[in-house]
Amino acid sequence: MNKLYESYIKTDSLPTLFCPGCGNGIVQIAAARAIESLGCRRETACVSGIGCSSWIPCYYKLDVMHTLHGRALAFATGLKLASPDKNIIVFTGDGDCLAIGGNHFLHACARNIDITVVMVNNYIYGMTGGQKSPTTPLKAVTKTSPFGSVDKPMDGCALAMTLGASYVARWTTAHPVQLERAIAQGVKHKGFSFIEVLSQCPVQAGGNIHGTKDAATILEKYRTGTYLWKPAMAKTGSPEAAEADTFEAQGKTKIGLFKNDEEIEEYIAKVEEKLADKGIERPEMEK
Amino acid sequence: MEASNPKGSGQNPLEIENIKIVLQGNEACAKGALQAGCRFFAGYPITPSTEIIEMLSEEMPLAGGAFIQMEDEIASACAIIGARWGGKKAMTATSGPGYTLMQEAIGYAAVTETPIVIVNIQRGGPSTGQPTMSSQHDIYQARYGSHGDYQIIVLAPSSVQEMYDFTVRAFELSERFRTPVILLGDEIIGHMREKINVSSGPLEIAPANIISASSPQRDFFMGANSMVEGQLHDEYGRRIGHLAQKSGDFLQLLDRKILDNMDEITSIDTFCMEDADVAIVAYGSVARPSMNAIKLARGIKDDRISTKFKIVRDVITKGVPKTLRTDYSHLKVGLIKINTVWPFPEEQLVRLAANVDIVIVPEMNVGKYCREVERALCGKRVVSMPKSGGDIHTPREILDRIVEETGLKQEVGDLE
Amino acid sequence: MAIITVDKACCKGCDICFSICPKKLFVPSKIRNSYGTNLPEARNQEECILCGMCERLCPDGAISVIRSEDTKTEGEERHED
Repeated sequence: MNKLYESYIKTDSLPTLFCPGCGNGIVQIAAARAIESLGCRRETACVSGIGCSSWIPCYYKLDVMHTLHGRALAFATGLKLASPDKNIIVFTGDGDCLAIGGNHFLHACARNIDITVVMVNNYIYGMTGGQKSPTTPLKAVTKTSPFGSVDKPMDGCALAMTLGASYVARWTTAHPVQLERAIAQGVKHKGFSFIEVLSQCPVQAGGNIHGTKDAATILEKYRTGTYLWKPAMAKTGSPEAAEADTFEAQGKTKIGLFKNDEEIEEYIAKVEEKLADKGIERPEMEK
Repeated sequence: MEASNPKGSGQNPLEIENIKIVLQGNEACAKGALQAGCRFFAGYPITPSTEIIEMLSEEMPLAGGAFIQMEDEIASACAIIGARWGGKKAMTATSGPGYTLMQEAIGYAAVTETPIVIVNIQRGGPSTGQPTMSSQHDIYQARYGSHGDYQIIVLAPSSVQEMYDFTVRAFELSERFRTPVILLGDEIIGHMREKINVSSGPLEIAPANIISASSPQRDFFMGANSMVEGQLHDEYGRRIGHLAQKSGDFLQLLDRKILDNMDEITSIDTFCMEDADVAIVAYGSVARPSMNAIKLARGIKDDRISTKFKIVRDVITKGVPKTLRTDYSHLKVGLIKINTVWPFPEEQLVRLAANVDIVIVPEMNVGKYCREVERALCGKRVVSMPKSGGDIHTPREILDRIVEETGLKQEVGDLE
Repeated sequence: MAIITVDKACCKGCDICFSICPKKLFVPSKIRNSYGTNLPEARNQEECILCGMCERLCPDGAISVIRSEDTKTEGEERHED
């Protein structure tokens, strides 16, 4: 195995529980590389919910909290407030974050608390055998939508931006270099960083969602079925906007860095500022 | 010098040098938490616990800790667990509906052996129930609320002083046994005001030996690479759920961690039990009228009730004053006040009630804890005295029941 | 020059490496991995451009690309947008 993997992964817990070809392994390596590139291993802890992607940090040689379905952000908020100078990375999934975890997601974004969230979106509930999730495409047949899903899928990135997250990006497992960079940027960014990763679930989502159970083919679909977002595309009437419209009409998903705002004040900073304003001296507390 | 309620004074709560202070029960709980070293509070407002979150919203930052009002009770319970692994002692406070929401997190704290304190200021249930009325409905839920097999420690304060003391004790026990501890208060105790003694500085909560089944004991960021795992796990946080023998052993360890240390955990106060034939077993606010009933029966003078020995002037209820003149001189009744309602102190109760013939268990619910008492004291006459609706038992009611159960003769006479 | 190894214990036989190597260096070998499928091996390792994609895209970290003394660095210099 490669050196980085050996350095970051608890090798006595291998093999991972991920299926062959699962995108979670790719995200796992990208995140480990991101932490390594920042040199912040000792100051980083991970929190995850329940689901396949929530197992990503459980193999790391780091402090890890494997919590309850949908509640990772709540645990992470407490952990961050108790150790505000440390990096907290949350690993979650499309169901964990947008379904049961929706309320916590809403408020964590609104607070703009300094946590980095990696939401692995495989369009399905993989761990429990292939039920539909909030991001399952319209008309997809899954274990709980046997007649085809009638729900319009949710856009986690759009939600994050609307609710107040200050760093929002979407990449795929077919873009591991950009993904690594985005995670590193997110960790460095002082504010709520939300990174969605489109990932392959060959076993549960392969057949119904992608039309193939071959991981490499799904990766290729993620490469060709996405288009890179440029800020100019937001300008109505611009040629870039027209380009984006064409891509959307082709059913392509936009990826890239959507928002990176260093100006929005982070939650803990706001609290500290308010207390300082009121002249409240905060004694140094020991553990 | 006595200080009045210092809420809103902006004074650092740790610098309080006055040792006698008039406080509301909820406020005493908040103060106790701070003195015990609690430096993280996450909560959600709910009657009748709201005074706790309000007081700590101001005093927690003043004490150098972190406060946050979370989006719901589930988030509050989760946040305090996260904060504890970040190295800060943590607490939340709620009432029935919120307490129900926290059950999954309580189970998680139990299996991950995370020391946290959760305060439930009980109100009438079920569901929205009676937001402003007291009850003891949640006594079983405090023990069995979460799914799965686990032990938990539950303290039931019956005075403002105990709200303070038991909160401190809750932190001690949670750290010592690496377990969630529930402070089971109720609206009466939460909202009453009494003069109490408080410590004049931060208390040292240094657990002697940390007892743990098999969860990591090192907080995060200490280089231990702690793995906090909700599935049944080994000491490295690796799951063992698929191994029946190991899983059973782990659950046993979790159990024994608490049950083998009952002597250290259990706290029971007794009153007049030395020669008692009848015992009242009570917990929480109901211990107060129980105590007064015994004082009445025994003729123990108490400035707060009628100074007329043996005659009780009752609070007029529905315009009908009741006066009974009873000769209580043969009545030997005592109180067994259970402070640590869970784990159920079976052994200690059997010992304390060994010489009594009748046990009366007044509770502000349909009669729940008395089932435990019944089971433990099998063979003895255990009388349940439930009272639902939100009014607490009066001393008179309890005394009347004692009289009824003991078959004491009563003479109706004129009010002197 | 690169030395490319595939760890038998890690490999789950997902076949991703076959398609994503730009030089198509990975082929099935006759060895079985711990999962029970064919372990990939890299042939013509001198043609490796050190892009590192196999290391990033093997979900199980099974592939190790060690660069030896006199290797081209064009793969490392290449940046994707």
